[in-house]
Amino acid sequence: MRKLLSRSAVQSLIASLLCVLMGLFLGYVVLLFINPAGAWGAISAVMKNFLNYSRTNLQLKNLGNTLVKTAPLLMCALSVLFAYKAGLFNIGAAGQYVVGVCACLYAALNWGWSWLPCLLFAMLAGALWGSVPGLLLAYCNVNVVISGIMLNWIGLYGTNLLLASVKETTSPYTFHLSTNAPQAILPTAGLEKFFAGNTRVTIAIPLAILTAVIIALVLDKTRFGYELKATGNNKNAAKYCGMAEKRNIILTLFISGALAGAGAALLYLTDFEQWACTASSVPGMGFNGIAATFLGGLNPYGTILASYFVQHITSGGAFVDKTLYCSQISDLISSLIIYLCGFVLFIKTSITAGLRRSEEKERQRLAAAGKGGEEK
Amino acid sequence: MDIPYAIEMLHITKRFPGIVANDDITLQLRKGEIHALLGENGAGKSTLMSVLFGLYQPEEGEIRKDGQVVSIKDPNDANALGIGMVHQHFKLVECFTVLDNIIMGVEPQKFGFLQKKEAREKVLALSERYGLHVDPDALVEDITVGMQQRTEILKMLYRDNDILIFDEPTAVLTPQEIDELMEIMRNLAAEGKSILFISHKLAEIMAVADRCTVLRKGKCIGTVNTAETTPEQLSAMMVGRNVNFHVSKGEAHPGEVVLSVENMSVQSRVHRNDAVKNVSLQVRRGEIVCIAGIDGNGQTEFVYGLTGLEPLSGGSISLCGKDITHASIRYRNTHGMSHIPEDRHKHGLVLDYTLEDNLVLQRYFEPEFTNGAGFLKRRNIRAYAERLIEQYDVRSGQGSVTTARSMSGGNQQKAIIAREIDKDPELLVAVQPTRGLDVGAIEYIHKQLVAQRDAGRAVLLVSLELDEVMDVPDRILVMYEGEIVGELDPRTTTQEELGLYMAGAKRDEVKA
Repeated sequence: MRKLLSRSAVQSLIASLLCVLMGLFLGYVVLLFINPAGAWGAISAVMKNFLNYSRTNLQLKNLGNTLVKTAPLLMCALSVLFAYKAGLFNIGAAGQYVVGVCACLYAALNWGWSWLPCLLFAMLAGALWGSVPGLLLAYCNVNVVISGIMLNWIGLYGTNLLLASVKETTSPYTFHLSTNAPQAILPTAGLEKFFAGNTRVTIAIPLAILTAVIIALVLDKTRFGYELKATGNNKNAAKYCGMAEKRNIILTLFISGALAGAGAALLYLTDFEQWACTASSVPGMGFNGIAATFLGGLNPYGTILASYFVQHITSGGAFVDKTLYCSQISDLISSLIIYLCGFVLFIKTSITAGLRRSEEKERQRLAAAGKGGEEK
Repeated sequence: MDIPYAIEMLHITKRFPGIVANDDITLQLRKGEIHALLGENGAGKSTLMSVLFGLYQPEEGEIRKDGQVVSIKDPNDANALGIGMVHQHFKLVECFTVLDNIIMGVEPQKFGFLQKKEAREKVLALSERYGLHVDPDALVEDITVGMQQRTEILKMLYRDNDILIFDEPTAVLTPQEIDELMEIMRNLAAEGKSILFISHKLAEIMAVADRCTVLRKGKCIGTVNTAETTPEQLSAMMVGRNVNFHVSKGEAHPGEVVLSVENMSVQSRVHRNDAVKNVSLQVRRGEIVCIAGIDGNGQTEFVYGLTGLEPLSGGSISLCGKDITHASIRYRNTHGMSHIPEDRHKHGLVLDYTLEDNLVLQRYFEPEFTNGAGFLKRRNIRAYAERLIEQYDVRSGQGSVTTARSMSGGNQQKAIIAREIDKDPELLVAVQPTRGLDVGAIEYIHKQLVAQRDAGRAVLLVSLELDEVMDVPDRILVMYEGEIVGELDPRTTTQEELGLYMAGAKRDEVKA
């Protein structure tokens, strides 16, 4: 038992599950305060998500919708994770995601590009956006968190400005790809058959999972990953042994930005959502990515599951009874859970400390017993 | 004979996971005596003092003050009992005056207003009485290390402490300042203060202490009167065997110049003035050159400039005839320079990496360890690590997959030395390579340095330890305030002469 508990992966899993439970409980308490009658119903509606439907094909279709939004979330989470391993906190993932939206929609609707160049263009845009804080950090020693947050807003309003040229005249939304740029919609490769004909389910989902695997490989098996983690763990030692510190910082944020940018393309090129050119807040995707990264125990594979879970409850929020609670309540519950995801590392440390204490007690008990034996 | 005890620690036992840090230790400090606590690093001295200060609670044993059992739960209790300590690293606020530092935490006040006049009179009276010369209005950042230490002592006296603990107080001082400190300690003892003097320097203990308690591996080996013992006997008690203090080495046969530094200047990171001023020196094949000096005289910046961690503000460096003044760190590392850094945790190791990953830190990019596609060759890394572990006797819990953080300081250092020596360098730069290590590890490292010299490599040693400076090198260069102020021959010089140079009291025009 103790051996099992001392394994890092097991600890992460327990910690993540505990966080989720705590978040649900806290959400439940909040609901009780607002309206005790519907609290249980609301919390179970959130957890059930697509299972709120009774017909199988509706369930499948909605599971598909959750997965469609999981793919970009996973990409954002990987973006945060990749930078975090190098000791950088890429809170700018949200902004890189936004410029990714801008790039892919602009290229698709204005220039009529097809999906692959659109995807690559979004990656490039995100990458360049990400490398700005990288350059600022490497050459001017500007904190990436500060520059990242500022760039989020610059990216948001820039996107609103640029995409205004491809928006519908009567609404703030950009044109539907299905009517104006069908060539830019990601292929489904037959995946829709598993989700009751939900054509939003595209190769985005396997692509995102594949990316997680590639990230895991890069971090674990390559020279680049070795340098990256060394820099993240001990910047001074990395410098001492001659790693190119500046290049690694810029390259890391370049790749991190590319991941977030790709995430945007993987959602918007399915035509699941349109961009509202009146958006006055940065989409939550990049921030939720931070939560998913920590909930996933800072492990690329864990991040896959965590991203799904975060998206599951976010989508589940839509099923809360709006007659009992105001419509923001779903966001509140999911954000409570997401907020508590940040405690994963804290719980992990507590488990380790607890184990050490119990081992210590055990040893003392044994030592005392041994002494007693000698005296006899 | 029956002088009462000021403080007694009886049968103290303190365990930590996996080790017994203090095993049934008894330490009795008489009123008005100077009592030395001698032991190697890791012998349990710090733990014992932490118990006395209430930072740890012992599992067994008791503490008595003036014969009464007392319980010390935290440092405030210790303070209330009149126990004070001068830490090895001073706890002073640099931008405050001496006076402010002394009264900090016990400021005399009326209606919330400071009564500094009162405080100043008390401080002046104390410094008069014990011969502790300080300027109460000087800023701590402007005064010498010796005066900072006197400030620390005054802090204790101001709080009316009568049990004074000195934790390795001489490590940062020049020989002359050490003499002064000893005089101060004798004064304090004569005035009835009881002093506990923690050290591993035998000469000082013999000079100043009345009695000495020796710890080894968490056990109390015994308490002796210094008048009735010899340094040899004490050292045998401390390490459990007779130690050869002198490094045995043959004659040096210097060959051609490997490292040549011309008029090097390096800025300090802190104040942006030149911390190294116009330093020129040469190191030849087959010799060990030591840069001696008191901590903070530009040695660190010199090494940073030499190894590329900081840019030069002037001058040039050439290695084996090639100019490397502007070369990258990687270039220097792969073209004949090895660097055993001053701070193994800051620079030398990635503590959360495994031992094997740390052992390839300087060569992971070589074709032997990385293939063309950028993937690491794990099997080769393992094999290489295992060879080094075997060859350099690096000990750790789980071999090559042990996390560096969990290894002992001595073995961490051995791992760095193995990595740096195995690169087969032309020049080995070793900065305080024995810092914080026990006698056995020090002996090992000194042997390795001499072996490198005998293998025809150039060795540049930077050291703060006088014994090391006197024993290991073939030439000594003394650095004072960023300049080389003297070149000495360790065979003919004395510690006193060395001290004069280190303190800046003597200087030659040297072109080393």
